[in-house]
Amino acid sequence: MLPGLVDLHVHLREPGFEYKDTIQTGTAAAVAGGFTSVCCMPNTSPVNDNQSITEFILEQARLAGNAHVFPVGAITKGSEGKELAEIGELRHAGCVAISDDGQPVMNSLIMRRAMEYALAFDLPVIDHCEDLHLSEGGCMNEGLVSTQLGLPGIPSAAEDVMVARNLALAELTTARLHLAHLSTAGSVRMVRAAKSRGIRVTAEVCPHHFSLTEEAVRGFNTHAKMNPPLRTWQDVQAIKEGLRDGTIDVIATDHAPHAVQDKQQQFAAAPNGIVGLETALPLTLALVEEGFLSLEAAVAKLTTEPARAFGLSKGSLAPGADADVVMVDPEAQWEVDPARFRSKSRNTPFAGWKVKGRVITTIVAGRVVHDAA
Amino acid sequence: MSLKRKDLVSIASLTLDEITLILDTADSFKEVSGREIKKVPALRGKTVVNLFFEPSTRTRTSFELAAKRLSADVINFSPSSSSVVKGETLLDTARNIEAMQADIIVLRHPDAGAAETLANGVKSSVINAGDGWHEHPTQALLDLFTMREKKLNFKGLRVAIVGDIAHSRVARSNIFGLSKLGAEIRAVGPPTMIPVHLDRLGVRVYYDLDEALRGVDVIMMLRLQLERQGRALFPSIREYSRLYGLTAERVRLAEAGALVMHPGPVNRGVEMAPEVADSFSSVILDQVANGVAVRMGILYLLSGAN
Amino acid sequence: MIAPEKKARDQETLVMDASEVARALTRIAHEILERNKGTQEIALVGIRTGGVHLAHRLARRIQEIERAQVPIGELDITLYRDDLGIRKDQPVLRKTSIPFNVSDLNVILVDDVLFTGRTIRAAMDGLIDLGRPAEIQLAVLVDRGHRQLPIKATYIGKNIPTSREEIVHVYLEEEGEEDRVVLLKNASGGAR
Repeated sequence: MLPGLVDLHVHLREPGFEYKDTIQTGTAAAVAGGFTSVCCMPNTSPVNDNQSITEFILEQARLAGNAHVFPVGAITKGSEGKELAEIGELRHAGCVAISDDGQPVMNSLIMRRAMEYALAFDLPVIDHCEDLHLSEGGCMNEGLVSTQLGLPGIPSAAEDVMVARNLALAELTTARLHLAHLSTAGSVRMVRAAKSRGIRVTAEVCPHHFSLTEEAVRGFNTHAKMNPPLRTWQDVQAIKEGLRDGTIDVIATDHAPHAVQDKQQQFAAAPNGIVGLETALPLTLALVEEGFLSLEAAVAKLTTEPARAFGLSKGSLAPGADADVVMVDPEAQWEVDPARFRSKSRNTPFAGWKVKGRVITTIVAGRVVHDAA
Repeated sequence: MSLKRKDLVSIASLTLDEITLILDTADSFKEVSGREIKKVPALRGKTVVNLFFEPSTRTRTSFELAAKRLSADVINFSPSSSSVVKGETLLDTARNIEAMQADIIVLRHPDAGAAETLANGVKSSVINAGDGWHEHPTQALLDLFTMREKKLNFKGLRVAIVGDIAHSRVARSNIFGLSKLGAEIRAVGPPTMIPVHLDRLGVRVYYDLDEALRGVDVIMMLRLQLERQGRALFPSIREYSRLYGLTAERVRLAEAGALVMHPGPVNRGVEMAPEVADSFSSVILDQVANGVAVRMGILYLLSGAN
Repeated sequence: MIAPEKKARDQETLVMDASEVARALTRIAHEILERNKGTQEIALVGIRTGGVHLAHRLARRIQEIERAQVPIGELDITLYRDDLGIRKDQPVLRKTSIPFNVSDLNVILVDDVLFTGRTIRAAMDGLIDLGRPAEIQLAVLVDRGHRQLPIKATYIGKNIPTSREEIVHVYLEEEGEEDRVVLLKNASGGAR
């Protein structure tokens, strides 16, 4: 029995892309994967940059009656990186953090202002760290595999330079900085140094970034296309080391559903991202199996740590906490079969993987919302 | 031995025996191209579709001629940008073509991997006629054919590939093919045009053309995509030409009788001085002629019932 | 031509030995000269691969008899086969090499075994694509019957009655075997 898992990074696709997933199906996938709380990114259509969209999301989540949904608001209007969104209003409507996910804030002055402004509400500012000039046209890690496949590469430096910038701005503004889905050894190194110097930063990684490398792209496999891209073995090792020593606080899924026809395209044309809610727990438990993390630490990175990063009163089984509980059989072995996903989408590179650790029952606010028994 | 595959999408996926089979088969077809009546009935009743998402008169014409000399019916299909704008995917387009009973689809596409995606999605045979920066297998095969025809032995053959290696499918296919055949490959260009970890593919990287040309048996020049100027890969055509252009003087640094190759079309005076393109060492026109024979060979080998 | 397996060898019946093969070729050489009134107008074209060896032997005999060189060509009929569209894997293509103009010559096609006639049909189509011979004649070492096309040999080394399932195999010195023709009974695999 574990506290319900908390995912700081999902894409529920509603409003705008209901053919990929809806709040209903996305949260059903969440509870099937043991997540009782999810934070949904604002890159919907329209972008969640105002109160009405936030309210719509919360209402749909309530109607779905699966997991708790915590919306993340946009940093800038339309996530265009130009003018600040009405962050105070978003906070008031229920947003728990702000991010221009998928559209990194390239203008450092805007980012500085956003961090400063968010201080007023003690809202965490999330950045998808990518220098869009360095990554221009890229669709996989720049390395041996991109050289062999002739695919335009995204160098690690595209992430590293923005991590460095964001850390400098966090130090300048004293804002709460949360770095989304880190993928490089350089990022881990910089976050470690920043934390030791007392900068208020939390960092997340995704299961695919510690389970796979750029090798998975061979054969132009679009299920291995995501942003940030899968990196090298050295990066994977650095991420695992970061998880072990606490540099990386949180494991989040970056659950990014896409329809079959979206992914069934030539690599460059296929959209980024994979579904992750229903595979995150066993992939995390694999780190315990490998001896990289203790079971307690692994669970903390899916529960108490994410809750702490965004100030959510979730992820704990302490007396008085919400009755969000997940029953897991840690020894149960199963094969990942995308056809059985609750999500509308099937885009996973883990199809056919034999994994260990299965969610049996998920309870949200005292109500059974998923029961595999 | 026969070619037991549905598609030809890359040189990287071919075995040495398969490369040899294709070159041997092309050799037989060269005789057909020398006849008065340059036509054989081998692909009678088969339909070959040239599906070109990028303009390329040369490659398309070469495939068209090859297919016609084999008596196949040939359709040229260049999807207008409008259908792409309408959101029709590559597979949508290809399935429409397949519904018209195409036996072989020859694909040229600006994105790497397009040929493999197509091959996995349709029952027709797919021949990659160039996909992004990935591969251009028929070009490499005709290059290898030309080298072999000039009595060169691949084992230990020193080949310099000069130019924008990073953005060249011709370079990639030749690197994969030549290394399978045991040649020594030198890649030459400004560092902005050399892809990362190229050395790990068994290629020696040079930034200095004169140094790289010393003692080579083959000089393979790549076409400079002039539109790349302004993308910070090189400062000016003038400087590129001075540093990496092939002059008659530079050809003399190579082995006596070294071959000069170019996939065409040549930017005369940019990557190659006009007198070099027209010189005795230049085999550029042999490459064009051999292209038809090599493509006939590939069409023939892939034309078995699927 | 695929060499039969050891086991099948036990069921071989010798139908022509080396001296019979030699005599048959000598006779055909004489017949060719007689029919064409010398060597002026003729050319020999062997069908790959067995026919090529026999064409060279006939040319040697003609040279011995008439002291004259006869042009020789080698024809690969693969591209003219009538089963290309239905085969899964395409047969290996070999080079056609006919270093003379066939137009206005009496071209003698040479093959080892005449069976269904399909090979000869393909060979005639192939030849006609190269020019317009005055006449096409056909010389074979063995005619085993079972024609599927209206084709008849001009010169025959030996007629051998066979059943459809039997295989006629011609072994030649050029392929490292002792010259002979054998009949394989009840052998599995394709007839020839």
